[in-house]
Amino acid sequence: MTTVIDIEQVSKRFVIRKEKSLKERLVNFGRSNLHKEDFWALRDVSVQIESGTTVGLIGPNGSGKSTLLKTIGGIIQPTTGQVRLRGRLAALLELGAGFHPDLTGRENVYLNASILGLSRQETDKHFDAIVEFSGIEAFIDTQVKFYSSGMYVRLAFAVAVHVDPDILLVDEVLAVGDEPFQRKCLERIREFQREGRTIVLVTHGLDQVAEFCDRAVVLDHGNLAADGPPREALKVLRADFEATRKEEIERRQSVTGGVGLPIASVSALGLIGARGENGGAVIATGADLTVALEVRAETPLPAGWELGIAIATPLGTVLGGTNTHLLEAVTPDVRGTQQYSFHLKNLRLGEGEYIVQTSLSTREGTEVHALPDALHFTVEADGRSQGALYLDSSFSVGQH
Amino acid sequence: MTDIATSRAAALAQEPMRIAGPRPGFARGTLSSLKDILAHRELLGSLVRRELKARYKDSALGFFWSLARPLAMLLIYYIALGKFLGAARSVPDFAIFIYTGLTAWGLFSEVVLGGTGSIVANSGLIKKVYLPREVFPLSVVGSSLFNFGIQMLILLSATVVAGKFPTGERWLYFPLALAVVLVYSTALALLLSAVNVYLRDVQYLIDVIIMILFWASPIVYAWKQVAGHVSGVVADIYLGNPMTLAVMGFQKAFWVSGDGEPIPTHLGTRLGIVLAIGLVLLWLCQRTFARLQSNFAQEL
Repeated sequence: MTTVIDIEQVSKRFVIRKEKSLKERLVNFGRSNLHKEDFWALRDVSVQIESGTTVGLIGPNGSGKSTLLKTIGGIIQPTTGQVRLRGRLAALLELGAGFHPDLTGRENVYLNASILGLSRQETDKHFDAIVEFSGIEAFIDTQVKFYSSGMYVRLAFAVAVHVDPDILLVDEVLAVGDEPFQRKCLERIREFQREGRTIVLVTHGLDQVAEFCDRAVVLDHGNLAADGPPREALKVLRADFEATRKEEIERRQSVTGGVGLPIASVSALGLIGARGENGGAVIATGADLTVALEVRAETPLPAGWELGIAIATPLGTVLGGTNTHLLEAVTPDVRGTQQYSFHLKNLRLGEGEYIVQTSLSTREGTEVHALPDALHFTVEADGRSQGALYLDSSFSVGQH
Repeated sequence: MTDIATSRAAALAQEPMRIAGPRPGFARGTLSSLKDILAHRELLGSLVRRELKARYKDSALGFFWSLARPLAMLLIYYIALGKFLGAARSVPDFAIFIYTGLTAWGLFSEVVLGGTGSIVANSGLIKKVYLPREVFPLSVVGSSLFNFGIQMLILLSATVVAGKFPTGERWLYFPLALAVVLVYSTALALLLSAVNVYLRDVQYLIDVIIMILFWASPIVYAWKQVAGHVSGVVADIYLGNPMTLAVMGFQKAFWVSGDGEPIPTHLGTRLGIVLAIGLVLLWLCQRTFARLQSNFAQEL
């Protein structure tokens, strides 16, 4: 494996100046340190990326993902440390950044391609393919200022994917265009992966990371929080999101004067109907399962509260769920602790591991407490079907 | 892993690692900067074309407008200064004299003014893609040269009409003077475009300075009119201005009727000296630009 991107202890400091004009700078000259504030967007981040891998950069807003991507792209210089690269790099940072509204689509294709590092000859060669990919043949000689935003983005993406990069940097741009076009883009990314190109992807679509990436890097306030297979990295990130949410709820609960949230929590007691094996619950596909929960209300929980459960994959993709509101269950005032059960009949899940999530909210729908990882169980099946939904299937010749 | 993927990885393994973005180092970076710019010359061409195509895109008269301004200025100075104030009486072929100076000055001011704003105007691109950022001021130089070419054609046609087409050795002054204009204007464009990112006041300040400098060179008045008023150190300072020398170089080349008029001694040598100084300045300005550009993306 060849290392194509080597990020060595990169830190990036932004100085936030509170003064902007010449006058202020002159007046405060010499004391300017008082009017500066340091902000570390990245702290000592080291990552090595091998040729042919697809890496997802994830993290909450403001965690430094885009800054890291820009240091890889050479757009921003790190304060300390350095980034070293091999091969041709193309950045899909913001689609159409190089478009000039007064030029026609055709002229912009050439301009944008040369910005991304394609020579005129190469562009000539790819021109028809670019236009065909974009699907806007009829408007190619129209000035782009008359384009709809969808057409704009289609053309820009078409140019970008026809540049022949070894490293492709993608920032939040996969969710563009209508569905057929999106599918086309994703197919193209798959093709890039097959061709051994390295892709670094910044996204908030965690499912996308689970689906596309071989590896995920989680950033948190500029620090490297996790780096590994998407599954583990996503777990870290989701736990982080959960902590933020909990803080938010606690803050609202601590508000005094009657408008604060009631203090209550939900805990999982266990799964009834599952065999316990090596510390994990196991059920056969199609079996019934009962989820036993306990609600503890430290301050009275007014009637009409909602308790919900959901079944999700270990990556956090929710497969389905239900709650007391949907089940039309009556939920009177609660004080102290009370136990409840959800009965799930005929659970036709495919082979694999699953998690049970649960959440408690008020009548108004505000979440009071949630457990995104309340219980685990494993489903066993006969291996005749794959995926989260078990298909009880057989095959025959003819139409019966 | 497919064959393509394996061979790509193998090919990449042959390549040396390079540092993302511009190379550090003040003096050492010169060569790599030059290489970078040379590698992007096609992009430079595209940017120049963009600038030219987009400028008068939706106007009915198109490129004519790039001539409208210098022609209007010619008319104003010719009538107001030449006829009303009587400058034309002491300067033979006053129209050609003024137009020669305006053409040279037009190139200089267009490069400096356009160049200063070029980085800020292209902030969208600079924040998104890494390119050697010098291409933006340089693309202004390119598009200005195109306009300059058109004006030169008009100037030469005018000399034909006047029956005083420049011939012979006087043409030697043209490349020398043009080089001086280009070197100084490019150096200023590079330096000011970078400084303008940090201090936006620069683009307004330079507007004023260009206007003052216009009157500090013998464009609408002749050198002999200055020589009558200044002498010694003041004259040396006046002649130390590279644009003054360049404008006089242009006049020496294209203003045939001015042959009998007084010019400073050793004009060719003086031009050569300021050109040499200008090249050093250009290098210094480029290095300053290279140093400042590392923070462009976050300051814009």
